Amino acid sequence: RPVLLSVICSPPQNYPLYIRSIPTENELKFHYTVHTSLDVVDEKISAMGKALVDQRELYLGLLYPTEDYKVYGYVTNSKVKFVMVVDSSNTALRDNEIRSMFRKLHNSYTDIMCNPFYNPGDRINSRAFDNMVNSMMMQVC
Amino acid sequence: ITEVCGAKRVGYFGPAQFYIALKLIAAAQSGFPVRIESIKNELPLPRFMALKNDSEVRYGTPAELHGVKFQVPHATSEKNSYKRADEGDKQEPKSPPMSPICSPPASPSTYQRIPLSYGYGKSRSGLEQQHAAPYEVRHSTHQQDGPSSGNYGAKPALASSTLNRSLSAEREQPESSAHYSDDPWRITEEQRDYYINQFRSLQPDLNSFISGSVAKNFFTKSKLPIPELSHIWELSDVDCDGALTLPEFCAAFHLVVARKNGYQLPETLPETLLPEYLQAASLKPMRDCALFDSYSESLPGGQQARDFSRTEKASAEEVPDNSALLQDAKKEDKQALKVGTPLKMIPKEFQHLTVKTAAQESNALRARPRSRSYSSTSIEDAMKKGEEPPTPPPRPQKSHSRASSLDLNKIFQQNTQAVRSGWLPPPPPALPPRPSVSQTEQVSEVELHPQMNRAPSQAEENSSAKKEVVLAQPPSKPTRRKLRTETQGLETPELSPTINVTSSLPAVKPHLPVQKQSSKQKRAIQTAIRKNKEANAVLARLNSELQQQLKEVHKERIALETQLEQLRPVTVL
Repeated sequence: RPVLLSVICSPPQNYPLYIRSIPTENELKFHYTVHTSLDVVDEKISAMGKALVDQRELYLGLLYPTEDYKVYGYVTNSKVKFVMVVDSSNTALRDNEIRSMFRKLHNSYTDIMCNPFYNPGDRINSRAFDNMVNSMMMQVC
Repeated sequence: ITEVCGAKRVGYFGPAQFYIALKLIAAAQSGFPVRIESIKNELPLPRFMALKNDSEVRYGTPAELHGVKFQVPHATSEKNSYKRADEGDKQEPKSPPMSPICSPPASPSTYQRIPLSYGYGKSRSGLEQQHAAPYEVRHSTHQQDGPSSGNYGAKPALASSTLNRSLSAEREQPESSAHYSDDPWRITEEQRDYYINQFRSLQPDLNSFISGSVAKNFFTKSKLPIPELSHIWELSDVDCDGALTLPEFCAAFHLVVARKNGYQLPETLPETLLPEYLQAASLKPMRDCALFDSYSESLPGGQQARDFSRTEKASAEEVPDNSALLQDAKKEDKQALKVGTPLKMIPKEFQHLTVKTAAQESNALRARPRSRSYSSTSIEDAMKKGEEPPTPPPRPQKSHSRASSLDLNKIFQQNTQAVRSGWLPPPPPALPPRPSVSQTEQVSEVELHPQMNRAPSQAEENSSAKKEVVLAQPPSKPTRRKLRTETQGLETPELSPTINVTSSLPAVKPHLPVQKQSSKQKRAIQTAIRKNKEANAVLARLNSELQQQLKEVHKERIALETQLEQLRPVTVL
């Protein structure tokens, strides 16, 4: 069961702006995972002094014996957090790929920001963004 | 569609077949598959003319390529089913209606073709507006058909089998135009002008961007829901920079218009709305617009054209896309020198305007104004802006190289004085409009600066009249103009040391006889100069008169445009 969940959370309260998961069952569990991992992300941010743009984190520590999955995080300069949950059975996913996925997410997010009709803090309803995320996730799964 | 509606089987389009065919067309245009079941859906009326009056077939190959896709299946299927299509096919695409009109009693079928082609040719309404003669008869019906596609129902009642024939006969060009009008994502000439006007109202510089917030406020006025506006923005802001260039803005506006008229927004930007396509397409419409013909085709040269186009844009309300003009200019550099020939379609006033302004622009080019400000819309302002940076320094130096000897200068002095005294009367009547031509003012400022002691009127007349001559000359002789002005510039400074009082012109003459080295030459040159100056005066007068005319016409035009704009937004937004 390949699983991929990507969440974009915005500062300051880390509301999720966008959640997409494939497949769509058991979503709540992953939401919870993401939520808990946000604390770890914040921790890492505060720990980092200079390098704020953390390309990725590998949460091997969150691997449960039963359900093994990895959580990756990415933070932009404006403290927008991207979290990705990947099933560990997807060993094909390498670090570089995760990084490139985050980069794509970041670019698309920037494009959304350029849209004057988008208010920062709103849920992301962009079709273009959805298409991008879908295609990205399809590539992985 | 023909097959599905049963026309192929029956052999002709009866009323039922016609209705079904129309429904299927609507279905196909809405993206539904062409099947009998589709007509059960709630379909918008089939759009043969889409939202706007289709303009002309001049959209050319890119549009035709789009059109081909849509029409080829249409054409082939319908052509196959037409058994009596020969007659129509043989005729020229545009003229089939002519034949029935010319020979109505030929057969009842041919007669019926007329109203049929009306019904179908609603898409050609724009096309036919161009060809007045053959389509006069149908014009009124067309206009009536235009707004109400519901008239389609009436049309089939008038005819049956000949619909096929007329459709097939009018295949080539009307098809392309039909497709142009069918395609809701194609921007017509009218729309483009409207969008450009709106763009200018938001951002005077057509080359620059509309910022996101400005655009947001503007598009919010259209009362579309924000998510849709957001989607429209996503589609149209191709480079995702948070700002809209002119083509992006046109695309966005077009999408808004389409949405408000009931079209669903596409997932991706249609090809015809891509910025590159819009920029390319904006070339051709510009050419055919009479006004723009004069502006764009009379451009003297690449850069001159650019400056010209910029200032002309400032002056003319309906200004084409800057890049379009640029490309026009580049394409028509060769024509530029021949100002007269491309202007055949344009009223004389505009011709003169273009000559004048082109000449002005070439003059302004010397000063290399990089004016890209379009805040003013008057011609005078445009000209002022175009020529703001004066170039006093270069001219005298260059003239030194040209005027080899001081004698020559003094010859000119003598001539100018001789001419000026007898020359004074003509210029005064032409004076009033001239001060509005700031270029002449500036030039005269520039050239007369050393001679402030001289009578300003005389000096202005002198140099400004010469300037007018310069302006009125074809722009193909920039160097010669430079020469002239430089010599003028030279002679005027030269005159200042010698002349102190305006009224003492005759008094200067005693100085001149001192240099009688080449008196014959001088006299010859003097007569030549005198003739030239007389010609100058005449041209200056003509220039000023034309300028007056132009101003009046311009005012009328502005008044009409404001009326039009007041009327238009009611329907669009």
